[in-house]
Amino acid sequence: MSALPNEPLTPTLSPVPGAREASRPHSLSRLRDRAGVRAGVLAALIAVVVLAPILNLVVPADSVFHLSDFGVQLTAKIMCYAICALAMDLIWGYTGILSLGHGVFFALGGYAMGMYLMRQIGRDGQYHMDMPDFMVFLNWKEYPWHWALSDSFVAQMLLVVLAPGLLAFVFGFFAFRSRIKGVYFSIITQAMTFAAMLLFFRNETGFGGNNGFTDFKRILGVPIATPQMRMVLFVLTGLVLVGFYLMARAIVGSKFGRVLQAIRDAESRVMFTGYDPLRYKLAIWTLSAVMCGIAGALYVPQVGIINPSEMTPAASIEIAIWTAVGGRATLIGPIVGAFFVNGAKSWFTQVFPEFWLYFLGALFIAVTLFLPHGIVGLFRRRKEERS
Amino acid sequence: MTPDLMKAGAQAMAEHERRVVALGTASGGREASYGSVVHEGELDVRHGPILYLDDITVSFDGFKALNALSLAIEAGELRCIIGPNGAGKTTMMDVITGKTRPDVGKAFFGSTIDLLRLRENEIASAGIGRKFQKPTVFEHLTVFENLELALKADRGVRASLFFRLSGEQLDRIGAMLTLIHLKDSAQRTAGLLSHGQKQWLEIGMLLMQDPKLLLLDEPVAGMTDEETERTAELFLSLEGNHSLVVVEHDMKFVGELTQNGRNGKKVTVLHEGSVLAEGLLSEVQANEKVIEVYLGR
Repeated sequence: MSALPNEPLTPTLSPVPGAREASRPHSLSRLRDRAGVRAGVLAALIAVVVLAPILNLVVPADSVFHLSDFGVQLTAKIMCYAICALAMDLIWGYTGILSLGHGVFFALGGYAMGMYLMRQIGRDGQYHMDMPDFMVFLNWKEYPWHWALSDSFVAQMLLVVLAPGLLAFVFGFFAFRSRIKGVYFSIITQAMTFAAMLLFFRNETGFGGNNGFTDFKRILGVPIATPQMRMVLFVLTGLVLVGFYLMARAIVGSKFGRVLQAIRDAESRVMFTGYDPLRYKLAIWTLSAVMCGIAGALYVPQVGIINPSEMTPAASIEIAIWTAVGGRATLIGPIVGAFFVNGAKSWFTQVFPEFWLYFLGALFIAVTLFLPHGIVGLFRRRKEERS
Repeated sequence: MTPDLMKAGAQAMAEHERRVVALGTASGGREASYGSVVHEGELDVRHGPILYLDDITVSFDGFKALNALSLAIEAGELRCIIGPNGAGKTTMMDVITGKTRPDVGKAFFGSTIDLLRLRENEIASAGIGRKFQKPTVFEHLTVFENLELALKADRGVRASLFFRLSGEQLDRIGAMLTLIHLKDSAQRTAGLLSHGQKQWLEIGMLLMQDPKLLLLDEPVAGMTDEETERTAELFLSLEGNHSLVVVEHDMKFVGELTQNGRNGKKVTVLHEGSVLAEGLLSEVQANEKVIEVYLGR
């Protein structure tokens, strides 16, 4: 019997003239896309870094162009949500894994930041003691073990990344190794966030029980409630959002991103092509969780409170709704969705507070039925029809 | 290392030492000979078969999908496997590619790679490509991207993140696009292709992996006569460099592939999970048992 030769492939695969040109992606439309993205990112950066600070801090309060402190805080909050939606899109829109427990990663990042902020209160709390008020109230004499490094900013910032990252890695490893998929995976993520919520509700776990952490005074020794500090946090949040958007774009545009989409479309084919889906899923799942954790850490000092309500199943489901409304498997979609839904929420809860949940439910049903590609999909379709 | 192996080793060592003392030479009186080095993960077909299944049994809730199936495919061979529905053809492919684990039996790729110890993606990387019965391509990616993912390259996460196509690889994809007649559709989304085109794309993806052994489950289902003919030509051109196992219902296609037995190509008939007959197509078609199974008694 003939042994197999070591040549790469059959002789029929010799280079064909013109094949290289034919196989190159359409460069023109891609270049136009890239130019559009560059302009959009630049506009976002100018808005966040230049426009917002001037309109809020320099323009006088009675001018129509003045951006109120409330507006700054609301926009910052929504930008944190947009980071979560972007993280959800990477795992759901591109990889096809629906997580209904991303709230737990957001909350873990938030709590890690909150612990540091609690230590920064010092003796300015209600009881004027060294320890945080809730510990004094519980009559604790010393810090629990997980508060050991809580007065170090650097240590807590590491924890913002490590706590959600580690939980996601361990949870994901076992879930993906057991090949848990689809709705089963969604349900156990929901169970995970619910279990975490119950744990954080208890006083003895040392996270302030159902009140959580609040009444923050300072960050890095600087008073936290001043307009300037607010603006610094706002700009930081905007930069992180733009940074994550660019990172997500690089990921989705790489071969790694295409493997993720391939896993979504036909996982068995991916395996029989020689890729190990476990590693790919675990990588994007952990990254997604870390993004949510960072969003939570940015959220807490600006909103001024973190409590276990961030881990309710409903909070996690909302993240999925933002992504679906904006448009899955597009990168701008989840950001648009987060702004649209939360903008609507802010307006509704002021004008018709009792109708908000009905509206949210109706919106989700309408989007699922009529806009499978979300708001962004609607515009894309318009554009394609015109051209 | 198991105790019996250690015991056998100790015995061999003792025997060697006895001969060294008895004969007074360092080699113990043995002639020099060439040994063979086993390279882990590398295909070794020096002994002939590229695929060797022995006594494989798979049962689902008591039903034996495969019943003591034994089969050997020689390197470079094109083997057609036919059989009625439920004969175990697809289960056999599942066992070879790691999707299903047999209850008993052995499955080797070459002489050294034990398929039952590897996972699906490791088996694929070792050099076994599989085409599904229903064409399975990445529907939301373009034809070009489908081939790019299948292209032989490092399958790790980090390597994929920083992957750049070289000019040579671009040429290979371009040549493959020509070979599978999808050059004009390179930038189309794969989900928009016709059924036959998807079959071709999947075959193209398989070839991009540069596998040593191709398992093709009903590759011409849903193809036009012309496409079927072209597929037969393609497979025949692969023979020799690659080994192919083609599971097929279409006897006309099997006839084309084996050229009706003119060059001694074998056909295997599966029935109720084991080999019923093996031989030239004409022999197999004349076989009493085969006629009975196919036509009923």
